[in-house]
Parts: sequence; C-alpha cells; structure tokens
Amino acid sequence: MTPQDILNHLGERFQQYTLGSHAFRGDATVMIRHEGLLDVARYLKSEPLLAFNVLMDVTAVDYKTFDQVPFNSPSLTTPSPLPFFMTSKPVADEAPWQRHAGEDQRFEVVYHFYSILHRHRVRLKVAVMEDDATVPSLTALWPSANWYEREVWDMFGIRFSGHPDLKRILMYEGFEGHPLRKDYPVNKRQPLIGPKN
Amino acid sequence: MGAVDLGKFGFFTSKLDAAIGWARKWSIFQYPFVTACCGMEYMATACSHYDVDRFGAGFPRFSPRQSDVLFVVGTISHKMAPVLRQVYDQMCDPKWTVAFGVCTCTGGFYDNYATVMGIDTVMPVDVYIPGCPPRPENVIDGLMKLQVKIERGEWAGATGVSQRPEELAVPHTPNAHLVLRHDEPEGL
Repeated sequence: MTPQDILNHLGERFQQYTLGSHAFRGDATVMIRHEGLLDVARYLKSEPLLAFNVLMDVTAVDYKTFDQVPFNSPSLTTPSPLPFFMTSKPVADEAPWQRHAGEDQRFEVVYHFYSILHRHRVRLKVAVMEDDATVPSLTALWPSANWYEREVWDMFGIRFSGHPDLKRILMYEGFEGHPLRKDYPVNKRQPLIGPKN
Repeated sequence: MGAVDLGKFGFFTSKLDAAIGWARKWSIFQYPFVTACCGMEYMATACSHYDVDRFGAGFPRFSPRQSDVLFVVGTISHKMAPVLRQVYDQMCDPKWTVAFGVCTCTGGFYDNYATVMGIDTVMPVDVYIPGCPPRPENVIDGLMKLQVKIERGEWAGATGVSQRPEELAVPHTPNAHLVLRHDEPEGL
C-alpha cells in the first residue's frame, strides 16, 4: 500500500480517533487521540493488509516551547557570530506544518511501525496532556516496546500503563526529573561523585 | 678521606630515584579506558604507523592492577564517573592519569545533564591532551610530557591536585546562543 492508501484505510476505520494525517515524501503520519491507541495498534498488527509486525521506534516530543519564537532569534539579516550549525534557521512567516493537537496537550508520543511483509511504514502520533501524561503500553503487542517505553519514561516522564517494569533505563538511580523535558534546566547536572554545579 | 670518584673505577653512579624514574619512563603499562570516538585515534596512535612502542607504551594492560597509566579516552558521563573512579582507585601507586581528548579535559562541547565537565573533577589528572579528537602527534606529545613527569617522580595522585592548564580553563559556555532566549526556567 502506498502511504496515502494507509492513511485512507486508517482514516475510514478510525474516524472517531483520528485528529489528522498527512503523507509527506513517502512517510505516512497519523495523529490520533490517546484513547484509541490500543485499538489502532491492535488493528495495525492484525489487519492482513497492513501487517505492521515491527515496532521500530517509540519516542516523544515536548511541545512546551513550540512556536515560541524568541525576539532575538537569528535571521538572515542579522548574521550570527556563531558557526552555521549552532545557528537556528530563520523562521518562516506562515508555518507550513500544523500540530493537530490542543495547546494543553504538551507531549506527543511517536510510534514508528514497519511491515516486513508489505515493506511499508507508518508513523503514529499520540497527543498527551501534561497533567495526565499516561498512555497505554504496547509491550503486549510488540515486546520491543518494553525498553523504548522505559526510555520515554526516563527522558520525558510519560507513563505507560500496563508496562511490566517501568523504570529508568538510561539515567541512574536517584536522578531527579526528566532531562529531555523543555523545563529541565539546560545546565543542571546531578553528579554521582564530584562537585555539584 | 674524601669522596671516591667511582667513575675512575669503571662504575656509573646515579641516584636511585633517578634510575627508577628512568626505568619507569620507558615501561609505561597503560590502561585504556575507552568510551567514545577518541578511541579510534587512540588506536591509530597505538598501531604501527605512530608506534608508541618507541616510548615503551605499546603494551596496554586491561587490568587496572597491572597498569601504571590510566588513559581516559572519550566522554565520561555522570553515570560512568563512579566506575572510572573505582578503576583509578584500583591502580597501584605510583599512578598517572592522562585526559585524552577535550571531553575528558573540560567536557568539550557538551554542557548538559549527562556529561562530566572534565575528569579532573572526579580524579587527579597529570597530562591533558586536548583535541576532538587529538591527532596522534598530539598524543605522542602528551606521552612525552608524561614521560618527563614520570622521570621526575611527579604524580598528581600524590597530592590529589590536578592542574588544568590555563587555556583549558576558559569559560565554557556552548549555550551562549541560548542565554538570551531562555532565561532560567522556572520549576525544577
């Protein structure tokens, strides 16, 4: 199936859960409500036309500072003294890309699926509220979700209900906070030995 | 009767410390603590093109108890720091430490939650070899400076004080381009 076919197929079947979708350069992306995640995931795996038997990646995005353009952001008319790779790109006037989610939905959990049989992919995005950052775990369907979800919990503090062993995977015991959240201070360190900063 | 000049009788005299220092200088048993990309440059240095065997340092020992010099090669994270410290503590005196690459010297371009800002914050360091990664010539230069220290019998672990060079003590602000953008975030 082409990416657009996948989107049409899912859009018809899960109209009540779909927030938006787009196919861009061969990548199909579906944005769904978090209530529908388990239904959609089961369908993705069991439907023979889709047969997404590989969960390739689970990650998350924190949109806390999204779209907040700083007044002194570099632009083409004010050359930055920094090297080009440290300079953020000028922001276009009209944003070509939309989030399809409310302002209060701070996080998005992103799933990437692949079908070995059909050799097609789909990306699933689930919007998550800040105060109730919980989504159902997919470990029962794809065992590879286990460590991915632990990583997302570790880095973003999003809980996965039904996960068999939800604990930190990268950061050490005693680490406080979730370092990839936008409100984690850039320079804050929690060393195990050595001076505190 | 004054001091006898033993040189006349075919003997070579020296201080025992100098003799031991000379011997140690040419038999550097190193422990490579390789964690990151600097390891490739370390391997290039250790192989036959640059031939550190000339300096007696061609024989890496993978046990800290058998080694004299700890080469810390690559970025050290806060999770790894206790392990590194334990490896250092396991080595027998006298022992030397080489910070290989700018990540071990100052933290390099990392300035975040995960990275130790220079391993001299957790252990004494004798020789700093900056570079990202340092070229083999740079490493050999550091190795020769280390030989000088070994010959003199100096080691930073004796005092526990490491002296980071001036040029590596620069104010380290890779987030300078972010400072005006985000003031100190609230919470946490």
